Amino acid sequence: MLNVTNILIILFLPFINFLVLGLGSRSIKQPVSGTIATISLLLAAGLSLMVGYQYFMVKGMVNGTFPPIELFRYPWMVFGSKLTIDMSLVLDPLTVMMLVVVTSVSAMVHLFSLGYMKGEERYTTYYAFLGLFTFSMLGLLLAGNLFQIYIFWELVGVSSFLLIGYYFSKPSAVAAAKKAFIVTRFADLGFLIGILILSFYGETLDIATLIQRLTAPAGSESMAIQTAEWLGISALTWGLAMIFIGGAGKSAMFPLHIWLPDAMEGPTPVSALIHAATMVVAGVYLVARLFPIFQLSAGILELITYTGIFSAFFAAIIACTQTDIKRVLAYSTMSQIGFMMFSLGIARPEDHYLGYMASLFHLFTHAFFKSLLFLGAGAVIHMIHSNEMNKMGGLRKFMPVTHITFLIACLAIAGIFPFAGFFSKEEILLATYHANFPVFVMALCTSGLTAFYMFRLYFSIFWGKQQAQDPHHSEGTFTMKLPLILLMLSTLVAGFLPFSSWVFQGDSHELSHINWKFSVVPLFLSTLGILIAAYFFRKPSSRIADTQKLMGGIYTTSKNKFYIDEIYLWITQRVLFPLVGKPAAWFDKNVIDGTVNGVGSFVGSIYYFIRGMQSGKLQDYLLYFLAGIAAWMIYFIYIWK
Amino acid sequence: MSHIPLQHVLIFSAALFFIGMFGMFTRRNLITLLMSVELMLNSVNINLAAFNKYLYPQQTGGLFLSLFIIIIAAAEAAIAIAIIINLYRSHHSIDVDDATEMKY
Repeated sequence: MLNVTNILIILFLPFINFLVLGLGSRSIKQPVSGTIATISLLLAAGLSLMVGYQYFMVKGMVNGTFPPIELFRYPWMVFGSKLTIDMSLVLDPLTVMMLVVVTSVSAMVHLFSLGYMKGEERYTTYYAFLGLFTFSMLGLLLAGNLFQIYIFWELVGVSSFLLIGYYFSKPSAVAAAKKAFIVTRFADLGFLIGILILSFYGETLDIATLIQRLTAPAGSESMAIQTAEWLGISALTWGLAMIFIGGAGKSAMFPLHIWLPDAMEGPTPVSALIHAATMVVAGVYLVARLFPIFQLSAGILELITYTGIFSAFFAAIIACTQTDIKRVLAYSTMSQIGFMMFSLGIARPEDHYLGYMASLFHLFTHAFFKSLLFLGAGAVIHMIHSNEMNKMGGLRKFMPVTHITFLIACLAIAGIFPFAGFFSKEEILLATYHANFPVFVMALCTSGLTAFYMFRLYFSIFWGKQQAQDPHHSEGTFTMKLPLILLMLSTLVAGFLPFSSWVFQGDSHELSHINWKFSVVPLFLSTLGILIAAYFFRKPSSRIADTQKLMGGIYTTSKNKFYIDEIYLWITQRVLFPLVGKPAAWFDKNVIDGTVNGVGSFVGSIYYFIRGMQSGKLQDYLLYFLAGIAAWMIYFIYIWK
Repeated sequence: MSHIPLQHVLIFSAALFFIGMFGMFTRRNLITLLMSVELMLNSVNINLAAFNKYLYPQQTGGLFLSLFIIIIAAAEAAIAIAIIINLYRSHHSIDVDDATEMKY
């Protein structure tokens, strides 16, 4: 099972979808295209589950670790003895785990979209874009060198752009797509610089070799990168910081998070796939992949920790006040990714890299319950035709399946036993408790806030004041309910998987250690959050308005997302445009264009002169001929000796 | 014929060459141009014959070279006249100023 063919089939099934549906976007009609895409994605998901089974269960570990398997390597671009770029596919525990997550969530989203996107004009194109995205994401996971990762990194950016801007007749969707692209592109510049720094000193782009060279304590490469410095900071730290900027941009970490809430303009299943489960965790994946290198710089780990915890807390506060249900989910995603990030940041060898394992465990479980939440929100939006909370209420009687699955997902994200989120969040909190107490306290608060805002969402949608419903709208087709149920089952099961013996860092690992004494406080806080949410939102009352009045400025600030967008706008329009943009434009228009035009007109005047010689008159030519002979004669007689 | 110095012959051939060149620059009729070319060729022939006679009287290379030139000039005249006829057919004129299409 673990051979190249299978992996290539998994990788290229979505790409073939993209090619076929993209080229036939006009000729392939509606149900056909979606069915083809869904079936091939289900196939890919089944194959990757089998690969995962083979890798973790059958092949088993060798000397206590899962060795990476290089499936394929081909010298792709050979520039010399020092710089060769190989194309390679590598399977390691991290990749296999992500492979399962990406293909299964993608398959669920494909299935859900059959019903959700029914009747859309560019239905086939939609599936083509989904295929492109899935292909790029899988390529990103399987890539064995940084250059390949960078290519696919940009490809997921492009497909995210295409899917956010799917409803391109809506100006807000166009603006959101542009914003997402520009912000992540800006971060990717950092990523590129980071890659260049690391590979310059490591003299390779291959990840395994790079890690090996840079972590060797007395190796010439690692000495070089640690001694070279700029502005008093070593080249290693610069490179890692730049790579982290790239990861933070994709993973919507503060202050590069501004694109994520706006990205909710895309179709809801897309948000479930890209902006909840897969692409936004690419930053976490990147840090995890290069973790042995990141570990060399304590400063960068601290940067990751504090960025993560701040983003988690900050996003949780904003999520409490948003009224667009998808935006609540977007901020909750940002908050959960913050959890993953700081958990990576606090991973230390002393506790066998518990934080590393916890972070990826959370990534794994989060993918399921967050995509479930988004798909549930999609089902609600499908029925109500609005994203606004105040148009909803009392939906539990109308959509029983959605209600139950959404409730379970909410319990999971709130960290209630025995749902998936409990286990992973518990591991994160435990790791943090040992490593960094202030961060642990903030993480606990955030976790309580998570329970509050998720149940605020839940009660506002399914309880509260019942709105008059259009009786023609039903809960949705079977293909929309099935993914919800399947994802719910995964949410129930995921926490019990022996994840800690699969994906870990270092030579040894500890088995999952749920400590009930430790769990009391987080469970209590989560329950408290749920109860507070129930107190406010379960029945319509004046409590909400009263409290809003009481909170005053804090509420407004949070509702306006701490004015981060406005700050960005102010910086771009008042600072960047006049101070950088205008002079740059002037320089471009006058100096660059002037030079180019000057060269052009100089060549043009030569041309006019030479053109005049081609008069078409025989005797003019004769004159030139004679002048030429005379010149040669003078040359040979008087000059040439 | 007893004793004409070499300079006289050379002056004569130079005169002939420049008469031909003058014709090339001033005439517009292609036939006249052809005639001017022939004048220039003949001045060269005279030079060759004269140098042969005055410098190497025992050898005949120069004379044969001028014979070759005469033959080639005949062939060239045939081609030139063919061109002129074609030009006349297309332009109804053999004035070079009427055929100036081949310009920029």
